[in-house]
Amino acid sequence: MAFNIYLCGVGGQGIGLLAASLAQAAARAGLPARACDTHGLAQRGGVVSSHIRLGADALTPLVPEGEADLVLALERLEALRGAAQYLKPGGRVLYYDTAYQPVSVRAAQAHYPTVEEVKKEVEEMGGQAEAVKAGEMRDPRMQNAALLGRVAALGLIPGIPAATIEEILAEMAPPAALEENLAIFRAARAQ
Amino acid sequence: MLSLAELMTNREGFGAFVMGNHALARAMAEAGTAVITSYPGSPTPEIAEALQAPPEKSRPYHFEFAANEKVALEIAAGASLNGHPSAVFFKSVGLNVAADSLIQLPLMELPGGMVIILGDDPGANSSQNEQDNRWFARMSYMPLFEPATPAEAYVMYKEAAELARERRAPVLLRLTTHVCHARENVKFSELPPAHDWTPRFDAAAGPYVPITSSVFPLKRRALEKLDAWAFYGEKSPLTSVYKASQPAAGRRLGLISSGLPALCALEAVRNAGAPVDVLKLGLTYPLPAVLVSEFLAEHDEVYVLEELDRVLEGELKALAYDKGLACRIHARKGHGELMGELSPERARACLAGVWPKLFPAPERARREAPAPRLPQMCPGCGHRSAFHAIKRALPPGAITVGDIGCHSLGYLPPYNMGEVLFSMGHSVSTASGLALGNSARKVVAFVGDSTFFHAGMPGLVNAAWRDSDITLVLLDNGTTAMTGHQPRPGNGELGERLNLPAILGDLGVKFVRECDAYDQAKLDAQLKEAMEYKGFAVVIARHPCMLKFMRERRRANPALQAQHAVIDQAKCARHYVCAAEFACPSFIRHEDGSVTVNNELCIGDGSCIQTCPAQAIGRDK
Repeated sequence: MAFNIYLCGVGGQGIGLLAASLAQAAARAGLPARACDTHGLAQRGGVVSSHIRLGADALTPLVPEGEADLVLALERLEALRGAAQYLKPGGRVLYYDTAYQPVSVRAAQAHYPTVEEVKKEVEEMGGQAEAVKAGEMRDPRMQNAALLGRVAALGLIPGIPAATIEEILAEMAPPAALEENLAIFRAARAQ
Repeated sequence: MLSLAELMTNREGFGAFVMGNHALARAMAEAGTAVITSYPGSPTPEIAEALQAPPEKSRPYHFEFAANEKVALEIAAGASLNGHPSAVFFKSVGLNVAADSLIQLPLMELPGGMVIILGDDPGANSSQNEQDNRWFARMSYMPLFEPATPAEAYVMYKEAAELARERRAPVLLRLTTHVCHARENVKFSELPPAHDWTPRFDAAAGPYVPITSSVFPLKRRALEKLDAWAFYGEKSPLTSVYKASQPAAGRRLGLISSGLPALCALEAVRNAGAPVDVLKLGLTYPLPAVLVSEFLAEHDEVYVLEELDRVLEGELKALAYDKGLACRIHARKGHGELMGELSPERARACLAGVWPKLFPAPERARREAPAPRLPQMCPGCGHRSAFHAIKRALPPGAITVGDIGCHSLGYLPPYNMGEVLFSMGHSVSTASGLALGNSARKVVAFVGDSTFFHAGMPGLVNAAWRDSDITLVLLDNGTTAMTGHQPRPGNGELGERLNLPAILGDLGVKFVRECDAYDQAKLDAQLKEAMEYKGFAVVIARHPCMLKFMRERRRANPALQAQHAVIDQAKCARHYVCAAEFACPSFIRHEDGSVTVNNELCIGDGSCIQTCPAQAIGRDK
């Protein structure tokens, strides 16, 4: 069976780099990989997602609902949304713990979940959730590097060595932010 | 890691893990396509991203974004008339704009050949509908290729371009959103020698002017070419048959499909271990009748699995009828199965409708979705400031007409403005119609600057000519923001900067006002004056796209420390105008009712400061 990774966040968080890094790492590790970004109107502050499928029996690029082995999210509410729609029982959720409130929450029409609520709800789905948090960053898009560091440290993707993820990050990060991204990645990996 | 510029200019072959749109761009270079044009629209803009990656001098092709899809198509067709292989690409609904000239192309000899790439959007991920452009192939007598993956898009483009040149004809290559945006390993080849730019237009190769006496010979030739395409389809290397791992014990079952839906079907068949053979067509129009009838004859039952409309289904059923085949042909039923994008799970559900025992439903717990997150305008977006002012200026009962672009998001809460939307540039003329015989309800239309140049100008000329009693707010952010900041005519990035108020004046608009959308007091006054004016009034609400502006500032100065808004908690009277009415995403409303600023999102633009009734918002530095 294919190993399915569903990645999500809010438009503008730089999910493209996160997904491209992992997909390129999979390709470099010699895994049969298919990936797909979802774009469009949603990129303006809406939900954005990316899909990665590893394994020769994945013929199509989108992860089927309820079949993600791993949900990677860049934002807390989106971690919960991603898990509710895509996580398979026994799957893992790893998310960067930042909160971007949607209009419904800012207008007091909806509730924004706490870290504890996300943990509990994911457990009720038969999964396991972990929040990642790093210190102050110059650019919040570097939160991607912290998430990648934890993915590498926990060995969450079978067949992709931590060193390969770091190698790809070093090649793909924008040159002006390379050192900072690597420092954040290494700190998260060593945690 | 391979850069996009290297992807386009590496002379030798190589392998890379790439997006479908990027694979397609490399295919263009390898095929020797000399002229490539486009108008930006999802899911295709990344083709241009790759084409534009190398500096202009080292590109082995000419690429340009045109003012709209029809202009783009005509430029590519003109180049092909001169013998230069050409291609044009745009999104699904872009074809509607280009259709007037597109429909003529198959009647003409195009010595360079031409590939028309359509980015169709099943599921309407980023379009106003999910129109099925496979119909257009039928209507225009044009062959249609449908790749399923990035690697297939690359292979099919090269095949289509070569055949188009040989046959001096246009070809349609139809991709869908998740073919364009999928990524996989693709093996590329070498680049051809440099193109010979000798202009070879020859009127004698025509006729190129379809008047009564020439239309029928031209049409006959188009129909003959179509027959030749059908002949090619019978032996096309782009057709695949996937035999079931174990043959059916009873009735022989098969499935016919194309593109990504064919792979969805194949995945569903393999997941279920069902004894169903799959025929995947590469050239889907004209239908390779011999090949398809053989497949039908070899099976007792065949499911035609399509995405969106019932296009192949009717043609297959007619074929089976004509050949007297006994094969039972199944297809999708009910409106639900005719809508939305196909997935392996949806394919399974369709197949379960006729073969329930072979395709049992998986068990899955229903889970509740958390708080919805609708797309919204970015922090600092000038459109937000404009809508904030417009909402206050609108007289009771006013009708607002939106258009395509980032400002379409004004329809969503909390602004709820722009209540009608058909297509690019429709707003002025639709508003003119709404104003007829209507002195009771003010009609206010919106249009973006890029859309104005794309298709808004004829409507505007008409409104000025007839002095329609409407107010138009021209939201000018200086770029084509929604699709990724492609240049537009007249913004000064390419060619001369055009003066919008002067253009409007020359077109006969008598009431023109202009101001920065951040200047709320001035904008308020101008909008009210415009809405009270009897006749056609235009207010230009200007502000640069702040996403683009901030990116450029950060690029120029990577160490840039952004300012942030800050709320004086002693002054905050909890009106929530900032968080819920002006509704900048940078505000956080806490459970205790207090409001703070999310410094990860705030860009320190200060557009919110004037909107706080308690004057509690300031800046941190």
